[in-house]
Amino acid sequence: MLSLNRVSKYYKVGTFGGKELAAVRDVSFDVDAGEVVSLIGESGSGKTTIGKMVLKLIDISRGSITCDGQDVTGLHGGAVKSYYRHVQGVFQDPFSSYNPIFKADRVLTMIRSEYFSDMARSEWNDKVDAALRAVTLDPGQVLNKYPHQLSGGQLQRLLVARALLLDLKILVADEIISMLDASTRIDVLNLLAELKGRGMGILFITHDLSLGNYISEKTVILRHGVIAEMGATDKVFGNPTHPYTKALISSVPQLHKKWADVDAEILARGGADTGTCLFHQAYPPTAPVTGKGAVKQDSSDLPPTLVKVEDDHYVGCFDLGAATCQVA
Amino acid sequence: MSSVIASEPKAEQAPQSPGAAAAVPTPKPRGEFLYFALRSRKFLIASTILLILVGIAVLGPIIDSTNPNAQDGLMNQGPSLKAGYWMGSTSFGEDVFSQFANGLRATFFVGLLGGGLAALVGMAIGFTAGYRGGWIDEILNMVTNVFLVIPTLALLIVIASYLQRSWPEARGILFEAIFVGLTSWPWAARAIRAQTFTLRSRDFIDLAKLSGRRGWKIILQEIAPNMSSYLFMTFILLFGGAILIAASLDFIGLGPTNGMSLGLMMYNSLNYGAALFLGLWWWFIPPGIGIMATVGALYVMNVGLDEIFNPKLREI
Ligand SMILES: Nc1ncnc2c1ncn2[C@@H]1O[C@H](COP(=O)(O)OP(=O)(O)OP(=O)(O)O)[C@@H](O)[C@H]1O
Ligand SMILES: [Mg+2]
Repeated sequence: MLSLNRVSKYYKVGTFGGKELAAVRDVSFDVDAGEVVSLIGESGSGKTTIGKMVLKLIDISRGSITCDGQDVTGLHGGAVKSYYRHVQGVFQDPFSSYNPIFKADRVLTMIRSEYFSDMARSEWNDKVDAALRAVTLDPGQVLNKYPHQLSGGQLQRLLVARALLLDLKILVADEIISMLDASTRIDVLNLLAELKGRGMGILFITHDLSLGNYISEKTVILRHGVIAEMGATDKVFGNPTHPYTKALISSVPQLHKKWADVDAEILARGGADTGTCLFHQAYPPTAPVTGKGAVKQDSSDLPPTLVKVEDDHYVGCFDLGAATCQVA
Repeated sequence: MSSVIASEPKAEQAPQSPGAAAAVPTPKPRGEFLYFALRSRKFLIASTILLILVGIAVLGPIIDSTNPNAQDGLMNQGPSLKAGYWMGSTSFGEDVFSQFANGLRATFFVGLLGGGLAALVGMAIGFTAGYRGGWIDEILNMVTNVFLVIPTLALLIVIASYLQRSWPEARGILFEAIFVGLTSWPWAARAIRAQTFTLRSRDFIDLAKLSGRRGWKIILQEIAPNMSSYLFMTFILLFGGAILIAASLDFIGLGPTNGMSLGLMMYNSLNYGAALFLGLWWWFIPPGIGIMATVGALYVMNVGLDEIFNPKLREI
């Protein structure tokens, strides 16, 4: 349903915008109906950037995103508005998602004024009630309150309810439970599972491996804006192939380990035990790459970015930044 | 569209609804403003002074309808209640009180129109530059800088002498107010741009976009309400600034050739009336005090407002 095709984002940085920072490079994956895809990566790996590109909140530097076969990049004006009818997002920080000087339920009335302006009030109220009930919120408890009078979990669920008012097909959930405490986390996770059951596609952005493993059918591991490994969640977690994924998964039990430490650790080992780079084994770096790639290369002549490990499981180049990519 | 407008006031009135009030332990936004406004001595003193001055400006010419430019009275009269010249008369036989009241009126007119115009231009440019960013921001920034370094005085001398010949009636207070308004907006534009810049990357702006809103709707409904206190204070400063600029223009003889203003009173008294030589202090002291009191009160009010809006500055 939602399909990213070699999407890249370059930010202009430096004093006069002279330098370019590649926040996301050649990222391709799909989110289908009734499927949760978790996008996992450390801080700064480009997760939010991908989510915002899907939501058309920032421009795409290269590549394309399609929804139901329609190119999203070229949408303007009213077409963007109808795109948002089907594709919505919830962000990491519930408190900054609300305009602090207005009541929290303004996020709902905004939807009404833009999308349901001719709906009768009683009908609208029923709709709001249904959406709130779907996220297990008591209307009396959340309506007519200011954001600071509600908890983070209530605010976050109110945002999901807001999305539910529309005819939703894809939900981009950017670290939506990282600010919540354990008990509300479960509520929100269960809610996502229920939405999935209703046929919604969910792009679940997180930096928490176990969370991604728990909730998703498909996993995309992002490293420095590039896909390191992706595929069915049980395959990625059951048979991690990329040295980065391996290191991450092996360090999951060490709860307090920082992502950056993992990265540094692999680099410190100098790539001695990363093994042969499967990617460059298939596509030798010296030979001009003309072959059709493993992932979505069918329509383009660009070099592939991932190589197939097994069915529904792909891995990228093993290079971790210090010549760790070994080709036999 | 109509439903958008209809839905907005609801958000504004909402704090008064009884259900909310019962559950809210903190003061309601509007009540809070009033509460702290009444406790801010600076704000109270400044607004009292301004109220008195506005009272004179509004009621003065109604109570005493003497033409301020009529040179048909007794000359060089000191202030006295008996002679009918409350504040004395000029060396041309004009009534000083009538000049003062009408001049004060002109002063507030210039302040309101000039400051208001500058605020409008500053907001239009500041909001657009800050919200859009990119090349639009760069161009608007360039325009702002050009206006910032334009020698306003030289420009006015050229325009004034041109108008003098071709369209003398135009050189009135209205022209002055518009001129001041169109030249004093740059710093406001810069300040508003900077504020907009910090607000536009907040998540709630993205959420408004995801709700199908774009452009000016977001600026007016999401960004501007968040900096309303700031905008109000900007206007107050522009108000005072416009009055000062207009007074100095008047004082060097570039003021209105028809009508009356406080700056013009001072200019006439010192240049034509030989007021200093004749010792007619009641002619040039009141307009000086009038300008100082108005501008001073506006600036003190601004500091007071800062305390009211910014909890960190509140005296406890
Ligand atoms: N507006 C911007 N201008 C320049 N660089 C940016 C901008 N936004 C993001 N970046 C850079 O792009 C990279 C990816 O950022 P992004 O926010 O997508 O990371 P993330 O994976 O969401 O991280 P986190 O887990 O901390 O939210 C970072 O290096 C960041 O510094
Ligand atoms: Mg992020």
